[in-house]
Amino acid sequence: MSPLKRVAYFFGLPIVLIVLWWALSFGSTNFFVPKPFELAQTLWTTWIGERFFEDVLPSLGRLAVGLLFAIGLGIVLGLLIGSTRWLRNLLEPMLEFFRAIPPPVLVPLLMLLIGVNDSMKVAVIISGAIWPVLLNTVEGVRAVDSVLNDSCRSYGIRGFARIRYFVLPAVTPQIMAGVRQSLSIGLILMVISEMFASSSGLGFTIVQFQRNFAIPEMWSGIVVLGLIGLGLALIFQFVERRVLHWYHGLKEITHDS
Amino acid sequence: MTVSDTTVNRPVKTVPMLSVRGLQKIYKVPGGEVEAVRDLTFDLAEGELVCLVGPSGSGKTTLLKCISGLMEQTSGTVELAGSKVTGPPKSMAVVFQEYGRSLFPWMTVRGNVELPLKNQKVPKAERTALVDAALKSVGLDHVPKSYPWQLSGGMQQRVAIARAVAYRPQVLLMDEPFAAVDAQTRADLEDLIRTIWKQLGVTILFVTHDIDESVYLGERVIVLSSSPTVVQEDLKIDLPAERDQLNTRALPRFMELRSHVYAEIQRAKLGPVTEQITAQRKAARK
Repeated sequence: MSPLKRVAYFFGLPIVLIVLWWALSFGSTNFFVPKPFELAQTLWTTWIGERFFEDVLPSLGRLAVGLLFAIGLGIVLGLLIGSTRWLRNLLEPMLEFFRAIPPPVLVPLLMLLIGVNDSMKVAVIISGAIWPVLLNTVEGVRAVDSVLNDSCRSYGIRGFARIRYFVLPAVTPQIMAGVRQSLSIGLILMVISEMFASSSGLGFTIVQFQRNFAIPEMWSGIVVLGLIGLGLALIFQFVERRVLHWYHGLKEITHDS
Repeated sequence: MTVSDTTVNRPVKTVPMLSVRGLQKIYKVPGGEVEAVRDLTFDLAEGELVCLVGPSGSGKTTLLKCISGLMEQTSGTVELAGSKVTGPPKSMAVVFQEYGRSLFPWMTVRGNVELPLKNQKVPKAERTALVDAALKSVGLDHVPKSYPWQLSGGMQQRVAIARAVAYRPQVLLMDEPFAAVDAQTRADLEDLIRTIWKQLGVTILFVTHDIDESVYLGERVIVLSSSPTVVQEDLKIDLPAERDQLNTRALPRFMELRSHVYAEIQRAKLGPVTEQITAQRKAARK
């Protein structure tokens, strides 16, 4: 696809939707639904400036720390659990139990345990975002190819070298599939953790706007969240293409033949 | 018993490079046991190229996994240059049949060949030289930066061979390495193995189900019975050392040998197996 075409595909639908929204809300006086231009203005005045540094950046910081820990811990624990049979048998039923608990209910609990601070919010993000990465890694380690495994063994590739050159790269497709889910879970939990007990952050601000009937501002907050999600997806795509170029190439070839 | 008396008497020099004694492998399966390999005894002298041929399902892969230390035998011993094999030995390399699954798809051709050396902490300069030489010897010095999956099946198997060559093993085990490539590529790869064997003086045990291939490649052919496996015959291949696909395969002696091996395999398929099956059934009933 040519770059021009790609840009057209990327922006095509959003532009159509905005035009549609503009047409439908033309002449509308509904207090709860702002018009596109009005919203764009609000978006600019509300979020660019002081609020960006006081609410958006801290939120993003907590999200980043939470996600990094969730992904890192998920991979390390997943490799450990996946490659140790007794540990896997021991932990697997319990992991399913913990995973089944909806992380938002942990917010009040973590508030009591950790207190109302950044650590609590990061902990909430980790507690929800770790599962897809962790469980996918465990599953991936279990399913490594037996012939590749024999190759490693016959060449004496063991221990750390085995993890680094064989297991980790072999599991990367599953890890990345997990990371993709973790990103959206992390974003959701970032907002939720700020809705409960907080005096700053995106979640807090959006709820605050809603309570004060600052409707266009509230909408603009939702748009900001959407933009953050989009940004995460783009970063993910960028990283994934680099890390898994071999995987996509391999898949393309096996599909051709 | 099933072992024939045609075993070639070979002068045993000192310690054989590879020595298999009374090897037996019984798999435990739900509802009983399956004896894949019953009793195998044979030696490989240093620098020999020996082919193991047997009917399909004769436990060839099982045998190779036991010899390479990837699987534990039920009884018997495997010795490499006089020392017992209990796990994958350092001076042994294996080339598997499934080339597509034995190379790392996330590494380039060069990376794949280099990895075992890197793992052994071979210094960088020496490593580079070894990898270059190995890639050249299999005719792949033009694609070091490609990924295995970008290459044809035959070329992928060449990469696996190059990896084994660069590793400089004393013994090279090959488990039906050419079973999944087309006939023409196969002929090229067979000649490659002969060439590499002569250049390196490595001891090769080549497992195959292809009778012609075993006679063409080997200095000796060990014919296995069908499962539970014993050595049916140990046959010396007295063909000239210089072999080529056209002339060697047209030699009357080649024809004789291949017919002989073919007959042996047919005998292996029919003969004692029926008795063994009835014996097994009796045992199972107990």
